[in-house]
Amino acid sequence: MEDTSIPRIEMSGITKLFPGVKALQNVDLCIYPGEVHALLGENGAGKSTLIKIMTGALPTDEGKIRLDGQAIVLNSTVDAQKLGISTVYQEVNLIPAMSVAKNMTLQRQPTRFGLINWAAARNLARKRLKQLSLDIDLERPVGSYSIAIQQLVAIARALEDNTKVLVLDEPTASLDAGETNALFEVIRDLKSRGIAIVFITHFLDQVYEISDRITVLRNGQLVGTSMAKDLPRLDLIKQMIGRELEQAEGQLTKRSTDNLGEPVIVAKGLGCKRVIEPFDLNIRAGEVVGLAGLLGSGRTETAKLIFGALPSDSGTLTMNGEVVTNNSPRQSLGRDIAFCPEDRKEEGLVGELSIRENIILSLQAKNGWLKQLSYDEQERLADEMIKALAIATPDMDKPVNQLSGGNQQKVVLARALVSDPKLLILDEPTRGIDVGAHAEIVMLIRRLCSQGMALLVASSELDEIVAVSDRVAVLRDHKQIGEIAGDEVTREKIIGMIASG
Amino acid sequence: MSTDITLSTRLRALAGYRATWPLLALAAIFIVDGFISPGFYDIRIVEGRLFGSVIDIFYRAMPTAIVALGMAVVIGTKGIDLSVGSVVAICGAVIAWRIHEGDSHFVILFLALGTGLLCGLWNGFLVAVLNIQPIIATLILMVSGRGIGLLVNQFYGGTDPSFESALLQGLSVGHIWLIPTRLIVGVGVFIALWFLIRRTALGLFIEAVGGNTSAANLAGVNARLIIFSAYLIAGLCAGIAGVILTADTHTSDPVSVALYIELDAILAVVIGGGSLAGGRIYLGMTVIGALIIQALTTSILISGLPPEYNLVVKAVVVLFVLLLQSQNARNAVWGLFSWRKS
Amino acid sequence: MNEKYWPLMATIAVFIALFLTGGFLFKNFLSTLVLGHILADNAFIIIAAIGATFVILSGGIDLSVGSMIGFVGVVMANLDLAGWHPLASIAILLIFGILFGALQGFIIDFCDIQPFIMTLAGLFLLRGSSFMVSLDSVPIRHPFVAEVARVHVPLPGGGFLAASAIVMLISLLAAILLAHYTRFGSNVYAIGGDRKSAELMGVPIRKTTVMIYAVGGFYGALAGVIYALYTSSGYPLAGTGSELSAIAAVVLGGTLLTGGVGMVAGTLFGGMILGLISTLIIFDGSLNSAWIIISSGLLLFIFIVMHRFLVGSFNLRGRA
Repeated sequence: MEDTSIPRIEMSGITKLFPGVKALQNVDLCIYPGEVHALLGENGAGKSTLIKIMTGALPTDEGKIRLDGQAIVLNSTVDAQKLGISTVYQEVNLIPAMSVAKNMTLQRQPTRFGLINWAAARNLARKRLKQLSLDIDLERPVGSYSIAIQQLVAIARALEDNTKVLVLDEPTASLDAGETNALFEVIRDLKSRGIAIVFITHFLDQVYEISDRITVLRNGQLVGTSMAKDLPRLDLIKQMIGRELEQAEGQLTKRSTDNLGEPVIVAKGLGCKRVIEPFDLNIRAGEVVGLAGLLGSGRTETAKLIFGALPSDSGTLTMNGEVVTNNSPRQSLGRDIAFCPEDRKEEGLVGELSIRENIILSLQAKNGWLKQLSYDEQERLADEMIKALAIATPDMDKPVNQLSGGNQQKVVLARALVSDPKLLILDEPTRGIDVGAHAEIVMLIRRLCSQGMALLVASSELDEIVAVSDRVAVLRDHKQIGEIAGDEVTREKIIGMIASG
Repeated sequence: MSTDITLSTRLRALAGYRATWPLLALAAIFIVDGFISPGFYDIRIVEGRLFGSVIDIFYRAMPTAIVALGMAVVIGTKGIDLSVGSVVAICGAVIAWRIHEGDSHFVILFLALGTGLLCGLWNGFLVAVLNIQPIIATLILMVSGRGIGLLVNQFYGGTDPSFESALLQGLSVGHIWLIPTRLIVGVGVFIALWFLIRRTALGLFIEAVGGNTSAANLAGVNARLIIFSAYLIAGLCAGIAGVILTADTHTSDPVSVALYIELDAILAVVIGGGSLAGGRIYLGMTVIGALIIQALTTSILISGLPPEYNLVVKAVVVLFVLLLQSQNARNAVWGLFSWRKS
Repeated sequence: MNEKYWPLMATIAVFIALFLTGGFLFKNFLSTLVLGHILADNAFIIIAAIGATFVILSGGIDLSVGSMIGFVGVVMANLDLAGWHPLASIAILLIFGILFGALQGFIIDFCDIQPFIMTLAGLFLLRGSSFMVSLDSVPIRHPFVAEVARVHVPLPGGGFLAASAIVMLISLLAAILLAHYTRFGSNVYAIGGDRKSAELMGVPIRKTTVMIYAVGGFYGALAGVIYALYTSSGYPLAGTGSELSAIAAVVLGGTLLTGGVGMVAGTLFGGMILGLISTLIIFDGSLNSAWIIISSGLLLFIFIVMHRFLVGSFNLRGRA
């Protein structure tokens, strides 16, 4: 039995300076064998810098790292891996077109006379996958499997015989509940083998479910390390954002949905084969309709179908009383509907273009290419939005990809708002942004609604759906299974609906 | 000591500015030319037309510059058009063919431009409708276009493909007042494109599509149409260059006309600071890029070096400009510089 | 069958169909004699294309191979004039090819320049250098060249493999080993498949990029050597446009120009398809060279569109 009183890895007095910023200041972190250690903090708190130092991707300016009591110096990630420190990064990092076996053994294929021994390589891959009880075809391209399986393959790849420390950076970000549970089973198993696990996530439920201890960072400094069972949720949030969470988010009163305006859109039997089963949905001016469900339940697809970003093959969609045929984003925009996609980087922003250009893009598309907005007009609109949404930037002509995640999300919102929509569709409006910006966006949704806008909000965070929605359509397995309104809109009710077979 | 620091920071800032290096390069070539050829800056009037080395650089750079302007638009959409040389060849063949058939030269001018547009339509169809990667899609016409030109030459029995046309040659080698017509054509193309790109929202849409196609689509931009229009523009520009180049030689020679013009045009865009990753259009700098390429060729001619040095010098200068644009290489040079000083 | 073999199967099917078409149209076409000739005539293009396969698999492109063929030829011919044994000049030129390619790879990675632009500069540099070495065709008179030309390995059915075809087949085997049985080969596929992930998975990007273009340079130089031996001369314009034929051969061979998917063996068939087309048109006699160009372009078009839809049916991004 190993001595569990010596930390597996101990980082002390870690300080890291970037030009003009102290990214980390005298931070200590210590993880014991067989421990799941949650590392928490808002965006920019220094989590990823600390992890990069731990895994050799960045050198530290000051401080020491000890592995099993031995002082070590890490010059590269390869160094760290040799010593048994492995990482699985936030977005699954595998080569989609390559086979599972090749992905598993890339850069560590057993060779004979300089040539790869593929039989031995496959055995190695099979052995590693078996450790995680994963039985999949080694020859298929890894990209043909679900994200959850890919995540497990990535973990299996990271595990070597000598792995002592495993860093999981947001491993559950794109997993649904079942997949997350399967992953946690694997984590518990690894834990029982004495591996020290660093778990980074922004799902607080998961933190309490899986971790033994919690370390919170804020602005590059250590706030504290506590046993998970001794740290109430409210205290944890307090540690993370340094202020009481304003109860405002949860306390919004549901309004009666009787005296609302005409429906902005009415979907009847709208559907698309293999994507989402036909559903009915109407949204009236001045209300927020939520789309709740697990990942893969069809939330995004419903939103995209209404916006015309996906083609429908059944049913009818009526916008402002007109039946829509051949729907497209361009058409929807012309009918005063705007859409904020889930994936900012891939579908939201044009990174190289300036904040100003990103903000006016939709309005310009709506006006058509011949009627160019004058520069003054563009400046006025962008300025208005930067003020209204408190986008933190010194200069509206900066490329948008230089902004932080929360501010980027606000730019996507600003683009939608500038086009002056009657219906605003938001897909995961708060994904990947810090707690402060989260609250601002939730408040903004309610404010827009009270100004008479209709909103459709799809989100994986139930609390968010409950907080903002007047009405909620609940989805499961690509199908709408029911709609609830008013006082019925509670966390428990929705969970019940999703859970009931 | 402190002035030294501010000077170096300022130099660094200047070095980081997009237009600095191409303009410096062009200026350097002109200055060197002034030394090696005493009469370099002389401009004379011969037969009612401006003559001189500087004019000659502008004159010869025009076809490449016009093609490069279209290329800049396509590259802005994250695309590339490898077929422009072949388009020039096809346009030339069409001109010679229709002249042999006795069409009105005015109509032929539009037929040639229409041929360019048609080629653009084909490329646009492959890229925007069939979603084939641009470099692959335009490779098809690049590979087969000169063959098509040869085939068109067969339409009138494979006889002599040379021709005379006052209108077309006037556009190519003629002059209006003192100014060579093709310079006027080039400036006209530039202004028309500039208005199309910067005084309508087309430029913003192209840059949005080039930067992030799916985001542009979801923001309401019809990416397919925008990409299509970019290839049409490139095809039309190649058609205009086709008229100038074909009329210049009075003959249709599909095998060797405008050889490597696609490469020169892409180089012009890149030297002008455009990135093949798309998302930005720099029309003015693209023309500067084309001028740099031609100025180099002219310098070699007037310096008395054998013309076979042309390609090597071009390659070296291109590499030099590219290295200057690279942050990594700049840092390495700066590092060497400060290491020497200390 | 695994989806990754589909493009290769399509390539082989087209090759067989073209070959059978030839047999149907012309007497004596279906013979090892014709096959051997096509192999020998197109050996240099296929060798260049093998190198290009590595570059394209990694998501890059190498435009400099055509000029490399011309440059290697004129230098070899001039070294022959200076009294060098061809084997000595071949050794030197192959090393030069490796170093030149490696330099291109280094600049591409270090300066973050698009491969297209860098190798374009390489194209100009090598073609210009060929002109500087010699403006005319220079014969290579060393008896070694004639000896090489006499090498004939008989094939059943009256045909034979010439030296160029043998060198090509050996270098193909070496390339298959390199692509599928070395870590370098896997790294090439990884970089072409997803460069960022490959980096995070520990693939040494710079070293691999340098090696990829070095391999491209080696095969380009080898193609130049074979071409010079085959024509027993060096000509500065030799290989003009070969870079396009090489790329076409790679695409017809089932390798995606996007990188990450394809097989080196396919390139052999891709090159053979190009060779078959020109052979068929020359056999016909009534069609002129315009048709070779147009029909290669047409086939390229069909293949590219076919790949587009074949690959579209793969689920390479496994979104839930």
